[in-house]
Amino acid sequence: MPLWTVLLLALGFCRGLKHNYIDDYEVVEVEEDWDLVFQPSEHGSLWPLPQKVQISDVSFKLMSSSFRIVDAKQSSAGPSCSLLQDAYRRYYEYMFGSAKRQQLYKSRRTGPTELTELQVWITSPDSECDGYPSVTSVESYELSVDQPFAVLKAPTVWGALHGLETFSQLVYEDEYGTKSINSTQINDFPRFAHRGILLDTSRHFLPVKVILANLETMAMNKINVFHWHIVDDPSFPYLSRTFPQLSRQGAYHPYTHVYTPADVKMVIEWARLRGIRVIPEFDTPGHTQSWGKGQADLLTPCYSGAKPSGTFGPVNPILNTTYDFMKLFFGEISTVFPDAYVHLGGDEVDFTCWKSNPDIQKFMEQQGFGDDYSKLESFYIQKLLEIVTATKKGYMIWQEVFDNGVKLKSDTVVHVWIGGGSNDEMSRVTAAGYTTILSAPWYLDYISYAQDWQKYYKVEPLNFNGTEAQKKLVIGGEACLWGEYVDATNLTPRLWPRASAVAERLWSAKDVTDINDAFNRLSMHRCRMGTYEDYPAKLFFPNRFSIHNHR
Amino acid sequence: MLEDLLGSQNLEAVFGPHAVEGVWPLPQAFTSSPERYPVNSQDFYFVYGRQSAAQQGCSVLDTAFKRYFSLIFPDHNSGSPADRLSWTIYLVPFCVPDNLSISAGKASLNAETVWGAVRGLETFSQLVYQDDFGSYFVNKTEIDDFPRFQFRGILLDTSRHFLPVQAILKTLDAMAYSKFNVFHWHIVDDPSFPYQSSTFPDLSSKGAFHPMTHIYTQSDVRRVISYARLWGIRVLPEFDSPGHTTSWGKGQPGLLTPCYKGGTPSGTFGPVNPALPSTYRFMARLFKEVSSVFPDSYVHLGGDEVDFHCWRSNPDVRVFMQKMGFGGDFTKLEAFYIENIVNITSALNKTSIVWQDVFDYHERVSTPQQIWDLQVVKAGLRVILASPWYLDQPGPTHNWARYYTVWPLAFKGSEEQKKLVIGGEVCMWGEYVDATNLTPRLWPRASAVAERLWSDEKQTSSVDKAFPRLQDFRCKLLRRGIQAEPLYVGHCKHEYQGI
Repeated sequence: MPLWTVLLLALGFCRGLKHNYIDDYEVVEVEEDWDLVFQPSEHGSLWPLPQKVQISDVSFKLMSSSFRIVDAKQSSAGPSCSLLQDAYRRYYEYMFGSAKRQQLYKSRRTGPTELTELQVWITSPDSECDGYPSVTSVESYELSVDQPFAVLKAPTVWGALHGLETFSQLVYEDEYGTKSINSTQINDFPRFAHRGILLDTSRHFLPVKVILANLETMAMNKINVFHWHIVDDPSFPYLSRTFPQLSRQGAYHPYTHVYTPADVKMVIEWARLRGIRVIPEFDTPGHTQSWGKGQADLLTPCYSGAKPSGTFGPVNPILNTTYDFMKLFFGEISTVFPDAYVHLGGDEVDFTCWKSNPDIQKFMEQQGFGDDYSKLESFYIQKLLEIVTATKKGYMIWQEVFDNGVKLKSDTVVHVWIGGGSNDEMSRVTAAGYTTILSAPWYLDYISYAQDWQKYYKVEPLNFNGTEAQKKLVIGGEACLWGEYVDATNLTPRLWPRASAVAERLWSAKDVTDINDAFNRLSMHRCRMGTYEDYPAKLFFPNRFSIHNHR
Repeated sequence: MLEDLLGSQNLEAVFGPHAVEGVWPLPQAFTSSPERYPVNSQDFYFVYGRQSAAQQGCSVLDTAFKRYFSLIFPDHNSGSPADRLSWTIYLVPFCVPDNLSISAGKASLNAETVWGAVRGLETFSQLVYQDDFGSYFVNKTEIDDFPRFQFRGILLDTSRHFLPVQAILKTLDAMAYSKFNVFHWHIVDDPSFPYQSSTFPDLSSKGAFHPMTHIYTQSDVRRVISYARLWGIRVLPEFDSPGHTTSWGKGQPGLLTPCYKGGTPSGTFGPVNPALPSTYRFMARLFKEVSSVFPDSYVHLGGDEVDFHCWRSNPDVRVFMQKMGFGGDFTKLEAFYIENIVNITSALNKTSIVWQDVFDYHERVSTPQQIWDLQVVKAGLRVILASPWYLDQPGPTHNWARYYTVWPLAFKGSEEQKKLVIGGEVCMWGEYVDATNLTPRLWPRASAVAERLWSDEKQTSSVDKAFPRLQDFRCKLLRRGIQAEPLYVGHCKHEYQGI
């Protein structure tokens, strides 16, 4: 008999992970958060929750044949604002499906309970229609859904885009398939200006259409920054006009696994049309193995004893050619990417190779750095920052650069990634007066069983020791999806709806923390993310898989 | 010779990346050489061998030829004029190991049954590769192959989340690529009852998430079964009772046990009510239908995780316990119930499979009875191992190695006892899995299990040796449109394009 116990125990343990169930005879207190039961929220399916919402019981019908989204007469953006015209069509199709599949009832009269128009009114003299969103963009909007028509007021197109998303989230289908919307007043604005998602296209190449699909989903969550970690050790897919050999030698494949200038342009424009900034990251001096393949002498030759070992380390900080290269390279980057910021990385620099190289040792001596290689790193970063400053760009850097005491411009954004939700690093960075964004608790490539979205949701970004002034320096956060184990096959289900939890934390008011209400809204939001018929979103959450469609 | 080859560290260096080591799961015995033959899609045929017992008109092979042709040549028109390689299938009865041999101009595949032939075709399709110019080649190869275990299954749970038929069919495709041969369909459970019964239509019209969109009609089920058959995959349905039946109760009043609170019914329900004769009449009719719809000679009866609180609270159940002389031992009541269900299915000429819980209870009440096909080796009971392979637990894909380094027979026991382990099963429970994430969560981790169940353990014990092969196999899956997630940093020539 003892022979079999091992096997039995193993079987029992795993099977035990199946559903717990409860009956009423002896009430079992289930403490795990993941036994939340779905109930409709008073806020319907709104996600992220607006700052102020009033939804009344009065409902209006929406007819696909008569409903229109139009510019308000007073609006500073007219028909020439293609960003808005594009958005009108997009949201119309979200709400009613694409025109092809509609049945048009032409002769129906407008009833008293029908809502026929959403007027979009841009109130600032400059609608910013042809511009790019930035960290200072005004994203607020006011939405009033009432007879005779609904009005969406926003200072700029960026607020209007968010308002359109909110409007579409208010529309629901009754049992007869009629589209309805309740009379509603909303006054909304983001809590944080920087609400980002990092995707890593170096460890695995992501086809452009995957990036575009993801931008679409980001817009549904009011996320406004795409942090494009475009190159890294494993591959260099960015096709540089100035240094085409970087991707020719450094990409996984020089044609099928690269982003051409046209691809990059398309991503930036697609993002702009959805109010999303594209911040590229060109991480140096570490994480640059792939750069070395197409750019001889850029990386430090490592030594084994007295001889070069044939391997290479971080960027070589002691050569003038390095800085000549960087000047040209970042000159190109500053024209290709319109955003005012570029992310310069600066994380996880391994000093072993630098230490092994006799030329570097000599240089250290000349500079009086002693054995402190972080001084050498600072030396490099300092020069790089000067180069980038000359291109009129601001910069973001990972926290190590700050930790190592590099002199930074006052408008530098420090990106905190080490530690948990409330960490001392946030106190230190803000005490030094730097703007900061938080990613430490939001590494979504780490996965665990059950509803880990709650963990991300419960983070309070300002939960660190500091003055009010310090807390104002926190401009937002980013969910990071590193690419070791992620490519086009699993990106979408790994990111969504988990990143939605981060999106609400960064948009909604601080006191929006009711996990039950969040579960109810998020369940419906997830179903909605899957039901848009439009390219490209339909492709990853096919219709009607959610059990929560049906109460 | 074979031993020498296997001992060699540098197989890749010797044979290039396209030798037989690229086949997943690894064949039992093989020799291959660097000598390669061009394969031209314009001039390539599958032909039945003259002595073959199966000929044109054999639906399984006719379909398999068609399918494998497009799997072998994903883009038809490339390929340079080449020697003709015709493809002959010999199906010779009593030739036990399936045998594949490729030499200049001709490849032949001998298999005892069409099922072996389908596996052999899969192997052949994995041996053909494209060079950088897009031309197809295959190396000179001899393979003798057979599975280590006869039962190599995947469980899908269509109750916690509904899986559209398309998602099931796609999974069956991927299963065939890894030589799995059992689809364990955990079709109903507490949350929903998507199986549309012709005898009891209310079960799904009231118990499914939605009575029209979230059900499997009789024709859906037939489609799944016949599709699976063409891939040589059995469909093993599971109708789990007496626990895990909340959804059954909605369409079948009186089936579940009413729970009591104090002296009155609380309005909630527990497991199937084992004290009523009507329960067994219902089950007899349901399983009669099930046994005619599902052709496999096995049916899975579940029997796991039965919670006794509700039974205990119910006065009628307690009276029944007394009458039967069970005392306060509710495991006896469960055993009684299961025995009755097993009798029902035995009368229908079906062999029962149950979760190990049933065995545990029987052990305790020491009535190891008619249930002669349990999942636990004991007194001649046959076993299927599932515990190490619960793939619904996510985690970085590199833990594929955790599934790979399971040694199913590494327990102390006699040869006879070890023979009772008939195979294993990958379980994909549905709490957090639906069509949005099923495929990447399942593949390629399930493939790691597939090799464990098919291949010789001695030849496949090294994770380091398996890693590049599995990476390569994942790229093959991507090329075939299966959304298999990456094992680690890297790339495939043809990335996933399904989005």
